[in-house]
Amino acid sequence: MGFKDISNIAGSAMAAQSVRLNTIASNLANADTAAPSEAEAYRARKPVFAAVMENDAGGRVQVLDVVKSADPVRTVYEPGNPLANAEGMVVYSNVNSVAEMADMMSASRAFETNVEVLGRIKSMQQSLLKLGEG
Amino acid sequence: MTINFKDALGVHADALHVRAERTKMLAANIANESTPGYTARDLDFGAVMQQRAAEENGELSLGDSAETLYRVPFQPSADGNTVEIGVEQAAFSQNASDFQTSLTFINMKLRGLQKAISGQ
Repeated sequence: MGFKDISNIAGSAMAAQSVRLNTIASNLANADTAAPSEAEAYRARKPVFAAVMENDAGGRVQVLDVVKSADPVRTVYEPGNPLANAEGMVVYSNVNSVAEMADMMSASRAFETNVEVLGRIKSMQQSLLKLGEG
Repeated sequence: MTINFKDALGVHADALHVRAERTKMLAANIANESTPGYTARDLDFGAVMQQRAAEENGELSLGDSAETLYRVPFQPSADGNTVEIGVEQAAFSQNASDFQTSLTFINMKLRGLQKAISGQ
């Protein structure tokens, strides 16, 4: 019986969701990071998930890649900032803090759901072990 | 007279196996909750059990094995993912209870056998 497969599936989802939480933490930490030019500005990171299908009975999740957001960066006139360029402009990151917070809730909920699945699988397995005892 | 365990346990051993398979599918659906383009799938428990029964009776199953079905979402999402977490959680929890039920039935059968063997 495929209990090991189920644990693998739930485990892969937990790993994928932690990568997502990792990128969210990085994005939130760098929400107000300034840079002298657009090329050097911090851009929000987003993981790309994909399913790994094994026959047709469901599959694991894998993180294909972590891509940088293409949203426009914020350019602010701050001549007093030591990072300001010749025109006195500073480029801030393109992180949307509110969207990141919502994403964080979604990611942690998804993580918890998979922990719950693992717990259920464990109790199913344990009652299967007790089969015939009484 | 010989005791055949397969006959003694009846349909429940098969049911337990199908339940475990379904658990795997539902776990995969929950795992791929945020995977773009993932299509949620499920087992038709009744159809699978009928197919198994037909195979045991030596009948050929007609048509393709319609075991794996795709879930039709209530609210389709823009990224093509058809997992609705509430639906999957409910199905998973129901399936886990059904698994326990099959297990309880097998346990009851085994207890009956034990009584017959010890002659109480």
